[in-house]
Amino acid sequence: MINGYRIGEGMLAWLFHRISGVAIWLFVVLHVFDIYLAGSNPGLYNDLLSFYASPFGRVLETTLGAGLLYHALNGARIIVMDFWPVMTRYSRIMWYICWVVFVAAGIPVAWVILKPIWGA
Amino acid sequence: MSRYSRVGRPKPQGGGLELAIWYMMRLTGLALFVLALSHFLIVHLVVDPSEQNAGWIQQVRWSNMFWRAFDWSLLMMVLFHAFMGVRTVVVDYTRGGARSALLMALYLTGIVLFVIGTMVVMTMPVVPKA
Repeated sequence: MINGYRIGEGMLAWLFHRISGVAIWLFVVLHVFDIYLAGSNPGLYNDLLSFYASPFGRVLETTLGAGLLYHALNGARIIVMDFWPVMTRYSRIMWYICWVVFVAAGIPVAWVILKPIWGA
Repeated sequence: MSRYSRVGRPKPQGGGLELAIWYMMRLTGLALFVLALSHFLIVHLVVDPSEQNAGWIQQVRWSNMFWRAFDWSLLMMVLFHAFMGVRTVVVDYTRGGARSALLMALYLTGIVLFVIGTMVVMTMPVVPKA
């Protein structure tokens, strides 16, 4: 509850979709430029890649992966409702299913990306 | 805001370009579900970033046509999806001259990324493994 308004799942689903979408867009802009560097200035590209492999870089990568996974799952949910409007009735339960898949698929991937930080 | 709360952007009525973009967002979205997620898994999970550098791209990652075509398809899908998505955000929060200027900058950035991304994936030489 904020100021007496109930923050519904649908609103949060929309908000997270928009935030993750803009964040992924920012990364795509960076990423196309950095791949261009791999062709024209390999030294600079290699420096950037060693940042990706650093502990802070790995945390950022995990965040990117989380945004990507949420956006993909919630996007699939949107497509289902756009093309089968009857499914709009289950919009909330489908959002919870998205989160179950998010956690089930995301935790193992995050573990593999992050584990070099503590040397596991 | 409520019109967004359950589903995505409402389907534009009356056909034309806006409706085509609405369908394309969903089509490219489906393609990206496969292309973007598998790309992420390959370069962050299957091959750890600490094992990658510019040489790895030339000698391994882009050493055959399949992966170049894969990554170029990903580039085309993501450029459409991401730039049309941000276009919706810009249209939601701006108007007048600011909107025109931001949209122009957005489209220009998209075209630049299309050109340099296509150039690098198509022209980077394959270097045989030492």
